[in-house]
Amino acid sequence: MSEREITFAQAIREALAEEMRRDSRVCIFGEDVAEAGTPFKVLSGLVEEFGSERVLDTPISEAGFTGIGVGAAMTGLRPVVDIMFGDFITLTMDQMVNQAAKAHYMSGGHWRVPMVMRTTLGATRRSAAQHSQSLHAWFSHVPGLKVVLPSTPYDAKGLLKTAIRDENPVVFFEDKMMYKQKGPVPAEDYTIPLGVADVKRSGEDITLVATSSMVQVALGAASLLEKEGISAEVVDPRTTWPLDERTILDSVKKTSRAIVMDEGYGRYGVTAEIAAVIAEGAFYDLDAPVKRMGAMHVPIPFSPPLEDVTVPTEETVFEAARQMCSKS
Amino acid sequence: MSSATTNPQAGTAAQQELWLRAYRQMVRIRLFEEQVNELYTRALMPGLAHLYSGEEAVAVGICEALTVQDYITSTHRGHGHCLAKGAAPDRMFAELLGKEAGYCRGKGGSMHIADPATGNLGANAIVGGSVGIATGAAFAAKRLGNGRVAICFFGEGALGQGSLYEVMNLAQLWKLPVIYVCENNMYNEYTHFSETTAGTILGRAGAFGLEAAPVDGQDVRAVYEVASRLVKRARAGGGPAFLQADTYRYSGHHVGDINREYYRSKQEEQHWKTDRDPIKLHANWLLEQGYVDAGALDRITSEARTEMEAAVKFAVAAPYPSIDQVDQDVYA
Repeated sequence: MSEREITFAQAIREALAEEMRRDSRVCIFGEDVAEAGTPFKVLSGLVEEFGSERVLDTPISEAGFTGIGVGAAMTGLRPVVDIMFGDFITLTMDQMVNQAAKAHYMSGGHWRVPMVMRTTLGATRRSAAQHSQSLHAWFSHVPGLKVVLPSTPYDAKGLLKTAIRDENPVVFFEDKMMYKQKGPVPAEDYTIPLGVADVKRSGEDITLVATSSMVQVALGAASLLEKEGISAEVVDPRTTWPLDERTILDSVKKTSRAIVMDEGYGRYGVTAEIAAVIAEGAFYDLDAPVKRMGAMHVPIPFSPPLEDVTVPTEETVFEAARQMCSKS
Repeated sequence: MSSATTNPQAGTAAQQELWLRAYRQMVRIRLFEEQVNELYTRALMPGLAHLYSGEEAVAVGICEALTVQDYITSTHRGHGHCLAKGAAPDRMFAELLGKEAGYCRGKGGSMHIADPATGNLGANAIVGGSVGIATGAAFAAKRLGNGRVAICFFGEGALGQGSLYEVMNLAQLWKLPVIYVCENNMYNEYTHFSETTAGTILGRAGAFGLEAAPVDGQDVRAVYEVASRLVKRARAGGGPAFLQADTYRYSGHHVGDINREYYRSKQEEQHWKTDRDPIKLHANWLLEQGYVDAGALDRITSEARTEMEAAVKFAVAAPYPSIDQVDQDVYA
């Protein structure tokens, strides 16, 4: 079978369309999701196929329509709530953290909240501090939520279909810069389980644990390292919760070195958590301290030369990895 | 005395049964709450609870207008809503004491009782926290075409939460079968609502075009009649509504709020308890109509007392959950 290539945005759209055809309970609501198909045109065509009963434009009321998603999920639907920019999750926090995440546990297991929140992350679009953040660590902190960070069109489609079928609230973060990236995606139905990491590149000398937007950066750095004779392994956890600790630890035990990369803030962030997992689970196998590389701890600035230095790049990761490997 | 006795059906046997059941339900709620206070004072209950005494006619009047399949969302002051919607007192007390037999297996407590069997989506300890959930349940009911209606109970304190206005706007745009029931007991915790509420309460719902009605929250028949009309309207696709039920909280904000004179007077409390008590008002009406005699009302009270005492006994004797339950049901 020849491998079909589609964009990340098309993969998301296919996953939604296939699930909506499969299950009439799946519906989408959010700002400009219908005729506009979102500002990124990810949802173009869905309202035409499924109608305005299932693809609904909402007012600019993130807390309100997220709460409606929670209630609708508890009572028989499978809503996919669209939060246009990841920065706007701040407006949904009570609904996600106090309601969606806790309804199942707090009710003694009686109510379920099978909803998906789709939103975005990532800087370098020259959008400044309120449209550029990667805040997925916040939701990863909360028991009751699952958090998905696809890094390829293939993963995006398979993970989104699984998220929609999951019985729990799942937050699905898409890198805005990735929507036009192409990759092989089978036309047939497939799913990818949550909590299973993917080794994006095998290597022997150093492990680059990378999420979402950082996976391409890690792969680019690995190519640069190869020219220096350093073999890097790239591990993509794909979900920050559930977290596939086993695959991460197996890789680090093999390579003895690790850099953890994530576009969120490093402090108290995803990189801190994964670095701690490695320290607890593979300390005696390490030849160097684990290094974290995340967004610089500043609000994302607008000015291009300033913004560009706030996120890890192939070059900065390459340099860090090279130094780490030369020390031993 | 206010009264809503103009219903031509008032004399039928079914109607008599309804008004007697409403009386019994209010008495059950009152006596449930007395036991809660007792459990607190005897240090048998972990944490605190927020008593519904004085507001019984609102929960009962509304829930008598619903089917068991209809949804409610409740509040931190939610025992009355749960009972009125059909919850069993023994499992409620068990929940209040953190026991395995409780509605939430002891994991929710007083402020989180939920029960799918009676359409109770859950009490909520975030003021205004359930306005989205109730509206979402109405969205699902409309989408699935199952004819259910969602009732969103909240106190007037929740009028300060912006999300209420977001979902009322959406409910009206989408013509959802949801009724927002504002129980105005006049106190946002320890602050009189006049200090926190600009404009009018009904004006807020009216701004979105919701059918908005006031009702005497101490008059169970009036509450029932307006609720029946709004529920019927919502079920028929007429869209959302907003009910302002003026009522009074007899106790403090919670069971430990004993000294209240810095925010309200004893005379004010006494006035409501003496002249505006929903149970007394309804009892007098039942007697005036000749539906029952005083002995029958006493029997209702004594049966309810026996029921509540037995329920407390059950809950006190019930075992705590085993420790291995602590990480169960985090995920479905």
